[in-house]
Amino acid sequence: MSVELEELYQEVILDHARRPRNFGELANAAVLVHGDNPACGDEIHLGVRFGPDGSLQDIKFSGHGCAISQASASMMTTKLKGKTRAEATELLRAFQDLVTGETTKQSQNLGDLLLMQGVQKFPQRVKCAMLAWRAFEQALQQTAGESTVSTETDFSNSGFRTASPLG
Amino acid sequence: MHQVASERTDWNAIREEFPILREHAHGHPLIYFDNAATTQKPRAVIDALRHYYEHDNANVHRGLHELSARATEAYERSRQRVAQYLGAASADELVFTRGTTESINLVAYAWGGKFVHAGDVILLTEMEHHSNLVPWQLLAARTGARLRFVPVNEDGTLALEQLDSLLTSEVKLFAFTHVSNSLGTINPVADLCQRARAVGARTLVDAAQSVGHLPVNVQELGCDFLAFSGHKMCGPTGIGALYGRAAILDSMPPWHGGGEMIVSVTLEKSTFKKPPYRFEAGTPNIAGAIGLAAAIDYIERIGRPAIFEHDARLAAYAMEHLAELPGMRILGPSGRRGAIVGFVMDAAHPHDLTTFADQRGLALRGGHHCNQPLMRKFGLPGTTRASFYFYNTTAEIDRMIDILRDAARFFS
Repeated sequence: MSVELEELYQEVILDHARRPRNFGELANAAVLVHGDNPACGDEIHLGVRFGPDGSLQDIKFSGHGCAISQASASMMTTKLKGKTRAEATELLRAFQDLVTGETTKQSQNLGDLLLMQGVQKFPQRVKCAMLAWRAFEQALQQTAGESTVSTETDFSNSGFRTASPLG
Repeated sequence: MHQVASERTDWNAIREEFPILREHAHGHPLIYFDNAATTQKPRAVIDALRHYYEHDNANVHRGLHELSARATEAYERSRQRVAQYLGAASADELVFTRGTTESINLVAYAWGGKFVHAGDVILLTEMEHHSNLVPWQLLAARTGARLRFVPVNEDGTLALEQLDSLLTSEVKLFAFTHVSNSLGTINPVADLCQRARAVGARTLVDAAQSVGHLPVNVQELGCDFLAFSGHKMCGPTGIGALYGRAAILDSMPPWHGGGEMIVSVTLEKSTFKKPPYRFEAGTPNIAGAIGLAAAIDYIERIGRPAIFEHDARLAAYAMEHLAELPGMRILGPSGRRGAIVGFVMDAAHPHDLTTFADQRGLALRGGHHCNQPLMRKFGLPGTTRASFYFYNTTAEIDRMIDILRDAARFFS
């Protein structure tokens, strides 16, 4: 087993992939975002409910995909629950920087999400790790309703510059 | 004449002629099983490219100097070689293109633009690569023509019992693949062409996955057009060809305008050369054409029947041993098929499998293989694909099986 592979598929990540947390449909979701990665067919349906103070009261996802995209979605929902919009936005940026290797200084707020750093060495897999976060980014931009995002649209500023060789 | 019996072919010596097969990936000896995406190149092809650039490089068809004459001769000799390889009646029936995709687009624009009208039908199949689907969608949008599809059965074959009801007199063109790039299915091209002809439809064969793997003779197949790429048959990237029956090419207007394709030009209008030059605007990929001819020489030396037999043996061996793995589903027909094996494993997603395999030096392909509608039909986000060529070995397949078994253990 190579070191890179062990770093990519850490035991915690594989555990999230096998038993994703917050998996299922969210009742009374204020926002529902369908995200897809056309390069590989992975799909995520992300439901978000905001509290009276605007914080993330509850968040759930469903869909299918590779271990990286499933684990990333599971860990994301675990991390985001209860966070304010500002905190969530900061986590989104920090996570994106982490998996794309944009910065050497890591945000300690990421906690468990730091385990996803192994993705850096696999540029083709950055989209897998970002799929759920891309859906969440869209969810933050709307207060209600349903929408669709794709990893193949407008990557100018979201860490999707690496063209997938898998399409 | 090229029917070298497989048992007399020294496959190990042939393997030695591919320098890249000595590479390592992530510290492991490379196992290259992504041949349906592109094949590797033998020394003979690499040498032909180098020789051209070191000795003959010049522009073709217009220079009045020694090098231009040499380049032109080599380029046109390559066209002859391709025509001979495909059994075309004349080299004038071969248009050099960038590859299969450009060949199909050429037909969609030049032929489709003139002969396809609102209400006409383009018949395709559900197993087409996006390159033999999207150009027809664009043509349909431009003209108001409709697309119709021959369904694919669960076992990866075409539902030919429905063909009579689909292949009606409204069908202007029946375009289909020879060998499926994700299922390995070999379609009965000659029969399909004959049935299309009976209703007055033209035929286009996507031969990207077949020309380098099995005997292909356009006159025996009876097709009107045939498209292929050089890089999937030991040749360079960026070169391929369109075969078109002479009378049909003659009837088609140009699609790209520029130098090389004109007879005379005034500021107001131009007259155009005869095919194939009418369809080759601008400086062509001269080195590519020469490299393609070298690839054909190389393949013919081994012989396509021997290559097909060898590849079929590898595919059968792979299918037999893949089936022993837990939670394995193999796509495509079980009988005669191309050297392409697509599969899904319960334990791991195709992307996780291919990443895992890559770390052990094994190049597989994971994803939808430019077959999104087909994957959707089978209810799969994608598959993992192993595709073989004559330089691959059963020992490499044994290693693939070991790696996949380890992957199943790792991910479950």
